[in-house]
Formats: sequence, structure tokens, C-alpha cells
Amino acid sequence: MRHIISILMENESGALSRVAGLFSARGYNIESLTVAPTEDSSLSRMTLVTRGNEDIIEQITKQLNKLIDVVKLIDLVDSAHIERELMMVKIKTSEHMRDEIRSMAEIFRGKIIDVTPTTYIVEMTGPSEKLDAFIDAVDPDTIIEVVRSGPTGISRGEKGLYL
Amino acid sequence: MELSGAQILVQSLIDEGVEYIFGYPGGAVLHLYDALFQQDEIKHILVRHEQGATHAADGYARATGKPGVVLVTSGPGATNAVTGIATAYMDSIPLVVISGQVSLPVIGSDAFQEVDMIGITRPCVKHNYLVKDVTKLAETIKKAFYVATTGRPGPVVVDIPKDITAPNIKVPYKYPKKVSIRSYNPVVTGHKGQIKKAVDLLLRAQKPIIYSGGGVILGEASKELTEFTHTLGYPITNTLMGLGGFPATDKQFIGMLGMHGTYEANMAMHESDVIIAIGARFDDRVTGKLDLFCPYAKIIHIDVDPASISKTVKVDIPIVGEVKPVLEQMLELIRENHKKPHKKALEPWWHQIEQWRAVNCLEYDRESRLIKPQYVIEQLYEVTKGDAYITSDVGQHQMWAAQYYHFDKPRRWINSGGLGTMGFGLPAAIGVKLAFPDADVACVTGEASVQMCIQELSTALQYKTPIKIINLNNRYMGMVRQWQEFSYESRYSHSYMDTIPEFVKLAEAYGHVGMRIDKPEEVRPALEEAFAMKDRTVFLDIITDQTENVYPMIEAGKGHHDMKLRVALGTSTDRELA
Repeated sequence: MRHIISILMENESGALSRVAGLFSARGYNIESLTVAPTEDSSLSRMTLVTRGNEDIIEQITKQLNKLIDVVKLIDLVDSAHIERELMMVKIKTSEHMRDEIRSMAEIFRGKIIDVTPTTYIVEMTGPSEKLDAFIDAVDPDTIIEVVRSGPTGISRGEKGLYL
Repeated sequence: MELSGAQILVQSLIDEGVEYIFGYPGGAVLHLYDALFQQDEIKHILVRHEQGATHAADGYARATGKPGVVLVTSGPGATNAVTGIATAYMDSIPLVVISGQVSLPVIGSDAFQEVDMIGITRPCVKHNYLVKDVTKLAETIKKAFYVATTGRPGPVVVDIPKDITAPNIKVPYKYPKKVSIRSYNPVVTGHKGQIKKAVDLLLRAQKPIIYSGGGVILGEASKELTEFTHTLGYPITNTLMGLGGFPATDKQFIGMLGMHGTYEANMAMHESDVIIAIGARFDDRVTGKLDLFCPYAKIIHIDVDPASISKTVKVDIPIVGEVKPVLEQMLELIRENHKKPHKKALEPWWHQIEQWRAVNCLEYDRESRLIKPQYVIEQLYEVTKGDAYITSDVGQHQMWAAQYYHFDKPRRWINSGGLGTMGFGLPAAIGVKLAFPDADVACVTGEASVQMCIQELSTALQYKTPIKIINLNNRYMGMVRQWQEFSYESRYSHSYMDTIPEFVKLAEAYGHVGMRIDKPEEVRPALEEAFAMKDRTVFLDIITDQTENVYPMIEAGKGHHDMKLRVALGTSTDRELA
């Protein structure tokens, strides 16, 4: 099953490699990983998407908690949460395709953020499946490049990951 | 007080109460060595190879319970220390390893003797620090000791760039009395509800067994474990790391468990209905094939490290906490409720265990004209009255020492259980002897293992650490040979050394006493003579039966109930292999 683990960690050099190293050393898989400092500059927040059965996820969270730099973590999938990913897609646009791409972007609530005579860049945020669906809907031959941030997430309601 | 980085490091170690540093100088730590030279509170032990430094510090830590301290230079000094760091990590031994690093401005430029020590050691340390600011040095050292010694202990590396220790940059010094780390709060006491559940389950058990490990030694909980075991009247088995946590000569002790555990311990585990694991981690050498592990048992597990719980074996009642307070909590609950297991109800279980015991699984051929390694350990036990510190290397000799030396006290059995590091025993013995100069310290080793750190014989002379080296010399990497005999139709691929040194001469060359023993009747007198030489290191090169195997044995893929026992005494004896 897919899990989204949100981690608050010390904003120290090497903290990211401790997490990445843990996953490779113990053979866990990382589907995606995003990290950035928080409003408190001493802390970074990392969102990590991984897959595994319950036992593996339990070990992953325990091993992560054991890292000295990890302050706190939650598995977002344990409760109601919102998940968002940012994607930018550069698409080749021949004259007769431009309208179609534009309306497709609109349907998916994307924005066209760059236009050249032969290309569009579409920006889109949403849950990962929505971004997948957009990619599936576009003619693959027209896609020049796709860049995705990997999902990040936050729990709903008063519950949250903070100090 | 304004001090340079080098002085801060040395003063921090003094303020931390450090007695010995095991190290080896080099370019990146010259400032530090200069500061060491100008004080006489800390004694520096100059080893002959950095691996020896880490093992000696490790031996010191295992014997005393205090953290071991290592100082090595950058690059090769640092990488040579890695085996010892990993050894300590696998057995949860508190070490603080200070490594020199090239100066900050040249880090990352492939400078002379530069290596990414933080990166290299990341997977085998509890934590590591690169010091980038001299004003944070004292606090970092304090944190390193705090992290190394609390919770589940382990090695911590502090990598210090050379410019941080420069003599011309002085900053105010104050060693913090205490540090707290917001992201690190080890659990001490156990959850009351869990403890109650555990006690209830334990007292209802028909076929209980206590399975305790190295956590009891590390957590200084032998006294509590002994009281707990006596109160319950249950059988107890120890892991390789847990030996000495409960007195081996006590009638409730049924031996070590696992791959080379006793028949009675492994059978009792297999048949038990309730297991309480105390400071043990269900290592694969203990469990055998997981699917077959303890099929009828409910399992209680006490461990300070939550990640050890349900890692390989799913447990029914986990208790996170330090072993000592948790056992105290459990004892208190048992006392409060005036509950004790019915002695009568346990009788069938003990009767069954006695039957398994009667198999006498550790019996060996006592009539052999060759020296049996088991006999040597038995004699060593008698000559030292069971009260020596025994270090070991890794292989058959290690198992025999574990099986035939009956450890009644904690911290007496010092071996590399988790990583299985050959070369550990000799330097570890030096560390132990420094800590306990009046105690008998013996290193049980083999001719293969001992050669991996043999250079430390020189250290033993320089610092006058008279240890006894019991070299069980069968000319084979015995454990490798045993596996090749059992699993590879006796194709002894490269497990035999055609040439080995004359150890007597070698010992003499290093300034010690060498003795060669090749007849069974010489063993006892030689041991007595060696241990009578209180102020000399003695290397006893004991020529043992090459064909001897370690029994019982659970082979790969088998369960506890499926042990290979010595078929018939004498079947493999007196057979020349090479």
C-alpha cells in the first residue's frame, strides 16, 4: 500500500542523506521525496512516498524515528489528509492543436504559463492521480518534457505535524 | 577561559571523565596531539593500527560500561577505524570516535588524506557530527557522549577539520553540564498497561522461558534479571551477547540458544507457550528459520529500541523501555499482587527440560590423543576459577568459549557478536586489561583470527597489559571449514593456510612469552604457568584437533527443534585433514 510519510527534521547538512541512506541500506523503496525548510528555519519538512505492507511501514517509521535528526513524523495516510503535487508539462503545439491543449488544461484546472510559437508549458497542481490523468489525456508524441515535484501533503483538521 | 579548538577537545574529554584515549596520530590531528602532549590527565594508548584502537576502546567499554574513546587521523586513519565502529554499532557499544578531517576550505577538493568520514560511517554509527564551528565544539562533544551512552548505546563519530583545532584561534570554553536534544528522547520506564498485561500472561504460562540478551548487560540489569528469574522459577536462556547476564552455574540456566545453543535451550524455546525476550533482538543466528520459530509461543519483548520490536518476529506484548526499570516495575507488580507461579504447575515443564538436558549435548570425546578445544576452555575456566575476563575473536573458538566457559557475571564475556569481526579479541583484551589491571584477562582466539590484529602485541608490551592469548590452533579457519564439511561436501576452499607463523617466536619477537602445547596433558600445567606470570603477556599456541566441529548446530533454513547433534562420540576424531 502507498504511504505518505511527513517528517519534521533538523535543518542540518546531511540530514537528507541520512534518510536517503536509511532507505537504500534497508532496502525500502522511495517513490518520491520532497524537502524544504519550514517557517521555523531550524526545521525542514520532508514528504516521502513509499510502498510496503504494514510491517515494512512500521519498520520504516521506527527506523526514521531512530535517526537523531528526525524530530517528529506522521504517516498522512493514517487519517484524512490533502495531497498535492505540482507538475509542469512542455507540449509541442502545432497550429490546429493549440485550442485542444488549452481546453484540456482548463478542464484539469491547469494554467498555461509559457507560450512560444511551437510550445506551451502547462502548470498543474493536484493529487498525483489527477496529474497522471492529464498526461494520459495528452498525445504522448507531443510531450517534450514533464517535471513533477512529487507529492506533498497535510492532514485535515486540527491534527497536524508541528512542535 | 579562552582555549584553542585542540585544547577544547582535550579539556572536554577531561571534563567528561575520560581515562583513556586509544589512537594513532597523523597530519589532520597534529594540533590535537600537541594539546594531548601538554596534559597528563588523560592517558593515550598508541595502537599499531586504527582498527586496534576501536576494538581496544570497545573492549574497555564492554568491560566497564563507560564509553570508549578513539582518536584517529583523516583519510586512512579514519577508514581503518570503520571496521571497529561497525563492530561496536552492531553490538550497541558506546564509543566516541574523534576523527581528524582536512581543513574546512579544502573539504571536497580531494585533498591529501581526505575522505568523507561522515558519509562512510553514516550507516554504522548511532550518529555523527562534522564540526564546522569551533565555538560549537565543546557542546558537540557533550552531545556525542550523551547520544553514545543513552537509550540504545552506540558509536558516535565526531569529525573535526584541522583548522577547527588551530592553536592561534582561541574561543571561550565552557563544558556544558547537560545537553538536551529535542529530537532525541529515549524511553526509560515501560508502559504500565503493557507491563500488567505481560505479568498476567507470564503468570498464566505453562511452559514459559526467559530469553535474555546483551541489553541486560548494557542496561546493568543482571541483578534485576536474576531476582526476576528466581522469583518466577522459570528456565532462562541467554543469547551470545547476553552471557553473564544471569549466572551460568545457576540451575535455572539452560545454556545459550541459537545456532550453536544447547539442545535444552533450543527445544525449550520451540516448545514454550510464553517467551519473555529481555534486551534481545531476535537475531537470525538466534531464531533460525523464522517461519519455524517458536510456533506455540506468545511473545513479550522488552527493548529500549522500539525499532527492535517486531522487526523480524512479531511480538504480542511489546514493552519499550530500559530493561532495568522495566524489570523493577514487573517485580513490583508481582510482589504487590502476591502472585507467584505455582511451583507444582511448572513441574511437568521442568521435567521435560531435564530430559532434554540429559542428552548432554555438549559432551565431546575426552579420550582423544589430540587436544580438544572444548577441553582447553574447560581447563581455562577451572584455572581462572571462572572469574576471568574472556575476549574472543570470531569462529569456532568463539562458540566453544561461549559454550564451555560458564559466565556468572556480566561484562566478563567480550566478543563481537553482531558483526562477527575477526581480529577483535586481542586489542579488546588490551582495553579490558587497562580497565582492570588486577584481573585475569584472556583472549580466546584462533590462528586465523589472531593474525588480523596481531600487531597489537606491540601495544600490549608498551602499556604493560599482561594478557593471556589462548590460540586454538587447528590451521584452519575452523568455522568456514565446518560449513564446507557440512554444506559443500568437504571441499575446503581456501580455509586452510599453508603457512602460518611460529607463534612462539612471534610472541618472543614482540617481547612476550610464547608457549606451544600439543598434548592434552600439557594444557592444564601450561595454563597454570601462564596465569602465574602476572606481569607477562603469554601467547599459548595450542595445537588442537583439526576435525573438531561445533555442536549442536542449527543449519541454515532449519528450526530450533531440528538440531544437528554430535552423532557418536569419536567419529571424527584423530582424523588428519591436511
